[in-house]
Amino acid sequence: MSQGKSERLVNLTMALMATSRYVTVEEIARLVDGYDPPNGDVSDPAFRRMFERDKEQLRELGIPVETGPVDPLYGDDLGYRIRRGDYALPPLQLEPDEAAALGLAARFWSSAELASASASALRKLAAGGVDTVTPVGFEARVDAADPAFAPLTEAVRTRRVVTFPYRRPGAEEAVRRVEPWGVVSRRRNWYVVGRDQDRGAERVFRLSRITGPVRLEGEVGAYAIPADVDLRAAVSEAAPAEPTATARIRLADGAGTRLRRRGTMAGDVLELPYADDERLAEELLGYGPAAVVLEPESLRDEVVRRLRAVLDRAS
Amino acid sequence: MTAAADRLERLLSLVPWLRTHPGASMAAAAEAFGTTEKAIGADIDLLFCCGLPGGGPGDLIDFAFEGDTVTVLDPQLLDRPLRLDGDEALALLVAVRALADVVGLSERDALERVAAKLEAAVGAGPQVTVVPAEADPATLGRVREGLAQGRQLHLAYLAAARDEVTERDVDPMRVLMRDGNWYLEAYCHRAEAVRLFRVDRIDAVRLLDSPAAPPPDAAVRDDSAGLFVASPDQLLVELELEPSAAWVAEYYPCEEVREQPGGRLRVGLRTSDPHWVRSLVLRLGGGARVLSPPELADDVRTWAAQALAAYDGRAR
Repeated sequence: MSQGKSERLVNLTMALMATSRYVTVEEIARLVDGYDPPNGDVSDPAFRRMFERDKEQLRELGIPVETGPVDPLYGDDLGYRIRRGDYALPPLQLEPDEAAALGLAARFWSSAELASASASALRKLAAGGVDTVTPVGFEARVDAADPAFAPLTEAVRTRRVVTFPYRRPGAEEAVRRVEPWGVVSRRRNWYVVGRDQDRGAERVFRLSRITGPVRLEGEVGAYAIPADVDLRAAVSEAAPAEPTATARIRLADGAGTRLRRRGTMAGDVLELPYADDERLAEELLGYGPAAVVLEPESLRDEVVRRLRAVLDRAS
Repeated sequence: MTAAADRLERLLSLVPWLRTHPGASMAAAAEAFGTTEKAIGADIDLLFCCGLPGGGPGDLIDFAFEGDTVTVLDPQLLDRPLRLDGDEALALLVAVRALADVVGLSERDALERVAAKLEAAVGAGPQVTVVPAEADPATLGRVREGLAQGRQLHLAYLAAARDEVTERDVDPMRVLMRDGNWYLEAYCHRAEAVRLFRVDRIDAVRLLDSPAAPPPDAAVRDDSAGLFVASPDQLLVELELEPSAAWVAEYYPCEEVREQPGGRLRVGLRTSDPHWVRSLVLRLGGGARVLSPPELADDVRTWAAQALAAYDGRAR
């Protein structure tokens, strides 16, 4: 951007903030340095284009440029203004321990867009007098690089319906039509939680399974987000059930470190309380010959069935 | 954001920043804005010419210089920073809320207060949540204590793939949360190298009196492309996954995923520990088969056959 343009935009911002009423484009051309329509003619197309672009640029930066009638009684001529209260970051006072804590969050995002948004947010806070220090040796970081992330958060913000092509493993791709309620990350995955319009029910979609562009469709504010939506619960794994049985498992010397912590050893046999044959069988298979089920029969049969399946597939 | 928008944003922030940091040097301003002193100088020259309509001397932004420092005499209307836009508010709030949810952080209480103050200032924003990784609070706390105090730690660490608990002294270098896990990166005196330890596999940790002093050439890894970057000297394992085991391709970073008839997937997985793959294939209970290398396929077969032999005559 040229020196002249930067200067003009700063001047325009200040001029629109200095007024409590809406000012017309004629007044702006007259009062703000840098606008010189040829012969003072504000209908000059080049001047109009420049003014429109400038206004757009301020809005893109988040500056609340309002449009309204110059004369409230004869509302034909439009003018512009920026309310200072809408422009300014409200004062934020942080205690020293709070400023230090905010520093922990400073480098949370490893994906470029949110990392730069977070850096510019902290610069604004610093300009307001809140300084943060990025701690050394602490890095809690999360990635939100998925292309679907930005349109989905925008849809949640504006409550607009989205459509996207979606593909579950082993299924055909299909276009889904969803009222998104929230976007949530757990472990390394991002999910969108919302109401699937075609199924008429709450569904969770994994962003990495969205196979094409997310389109925002229809009106802003088209649906209500349920007040009691619980994003964490929607993506959490079912908690392990309470143990209902006890298995006896013979462990090889030194094997099964993690298993031993959940049960008690009698000689080389582990007595292990558990709830579900299939879950425990899967875990035990990871130990190979080092863990042998003695009881109950149902668990033993499940392990044997799976071992046979491994051998069938392998040969 | 374009360079032009970046500059305008900096111009609007610079005046309030100089107001809240009276007597700051040009170098300090350059550092705060992540730019050069020259760029800050050019910004100030430009702002000098900006002001309210009228353009008289009393309408312009005014600065005073003293040595290397600069002071705002009259900010005109630019005395407050611009409010946060939607993405900025989201980026900060989601991060602060996520960290406030980590049970082992001593800063939790302060983070919760920050979240409340931010929400009061910028609004709650859309529903976006990061569920943080879980770790035993006492272990995470003690590991951070060692790091903060520059002291060695003694770990009892479960090497999961080998199914054994190992004892070692380490010099802590940093604590990380990535991909749903907490890690300690430290110089390990047993391995004589920098190692990553998963905090949830630390059985016991004790602060030692000896100071942490990693050798000068010990460095934390470059994780800009992820914590675990497959390297060509790792073993490449090819697996064929049944639809029931397709989650493996999403859960572990796979090099190549090709679809096969019948909804099967063929994936390439790099590993430095073939035993880990052997365990994985058994746990999948017939949902996967090793295509290559052939030695690993043989190993899986032998291991499964040995396991099955233990049930001879006792299984129906």
